[in-house]
Amino acid sequence: MTRYDSLLDACGGTPLVGLPRLSPTVPEGAPPVRLWAKLEDRNPTGSVKDRAAMFMVRAAEEAGRLRPGDTILEPTSGNTGISLAMVAKLRGYRLVCVMPENVSAERVQLLRMYGAEIIFSPAAGGSNQAVATAKQIAAEHPDWVMLFQYGNEANARAHYETTGPELLHDLPSITHFVAGLGTTGTLMGTGRYLREKVEGIQIIAAEPRYGELVYGLRNIDEGYVPELYDATVLTRRFSVGTRDAVLRTRQLVEVEGLFVGFSTGAVLHAALAVAHQAVRDGRRADVAFVVSDGGWKYLSTGAYGGTLADAEEALEGQLWA
Amino acid sequence: MAIEVRIPTILRSYTGGAKVVEGSGDTLDDLLTDLDSRHSGLRGRLVTEAGALHRFVNVYVNDEDVRFLGALDAKLSDGDSVTILPAVAGGAFGFAAAAAIAQHAATGRRAPVTVG
Repeated sequence: MTRYDSLLDACGGTPLVGLPRLSPTVPEGAPPVRLWAKLEDRNPTGSVKDRAAMFMVRAAEEAGRLRPGDTILEPTSGNTGISLAMVAKLRGYRLVCVMPENVSAERVQLLRMYGAEIIFSPAAGGSNQAVATAKQIAAEHPDWVMLFQYGNEANARAHYETTGPELLHDLPSITHFVAGLGTTGTLMGTGRYLREKVEGIQIIAAEPRYGELVYGLRNIDEGYVPELYDATVLTRRFSVGTRDAVLRTRQLVEVEGLFVGFSTGAVLHAALAVAHQAVRDGRRADVAFVVSDGGWKYLSTGAYGGTLADAEEALEGQLWA
Repeated sequence: MAIEVRIPTILRSYTGGAKVVEGSGDTLDDLLTDLDSRHSGLRGRLVTEAGALHRFVNVYVNDEDVRFLGALDAKLSDGDSVTILPAVAGGAFGFAAAAAIAQHAATGRRAPVTVG
């Protein structure tokens, strides 16, 4: 399909492309092991979050929680805010984003262009400061609507109803699905759908491992696991450090011509781990992974050039996923 | 040879400020008991009284989450690298703001927020 009635209608239906150069070589006569990239950067605002934003807004409208002219408040480190800003603009809502100040400049500029208002929470204040900021805003504006992506079932349902079926349609022989773990919506929704339809499928999570600043909790009890998370949907879960994420991000553009954000580098790292294991086990594998966004919004980090150590330093303390 | 264990900032009070310590054990359970013999109290921060990994603690063996490898029974070998991290989600903001806002959402749109 190439013609749509509006931008919102153009959400989803993203291409799945093979990566023949990055896929591991198998010994003569062994079954093939292939990597496939689901290009979610081809969504209206350039990230996988368009799917969740559209579903969450639609669900809130249907439940009568959102009426024209209402204000939406959402804590977001970037992509969800950009997606919501687009949907809010087209559907007639005001959007206020609360985000940490250590996100990239491009995200802030994009949000402002879409007409969103931004409230920053200090990066260095760690969780206590951010909790205080969120508390304060919520208390001052009890009538603002929070879609709350970390606990909103429509976030996961977007992927159950769209991403999962698209993948199965395009790659009926899928054996592994790999995606980044944040709100957990992509993995929970797509994972549940594929588990119902494909026997033995493996659902693999790749979570970014940031610099120490990001883990600046005062104690363990301040930790947080999203309400959407259900560990039984996953088969394995990898923690991927900044260096590996940068290395794979560069490899993807150098070898396959795909220019992606660093979270996708982390996802590719996990995808390659399971692909190489399939080669060692002599098993056929069709490993599909999610390209959650393109690299454009991260150019200002400087982490696409220089040595890996430089890149690691450039991203220290930044939220690169 | 030993097992290298990376300690998050908030638990370094148990390791005299050390980022990385060494230990040994055939399973994660054994390793944490071994570490506790030199870093008293560390195990109690990671394992609940019921004997399970603390909900807000993630432990990785060679970058893989141990909850998918048998949790405390996960097998270890010399030369493995173990990383302990507090659970955070969705970029740094999620873990903090979400807790506050979830409570707000749970108490209804117009209810006052009370987050400790």
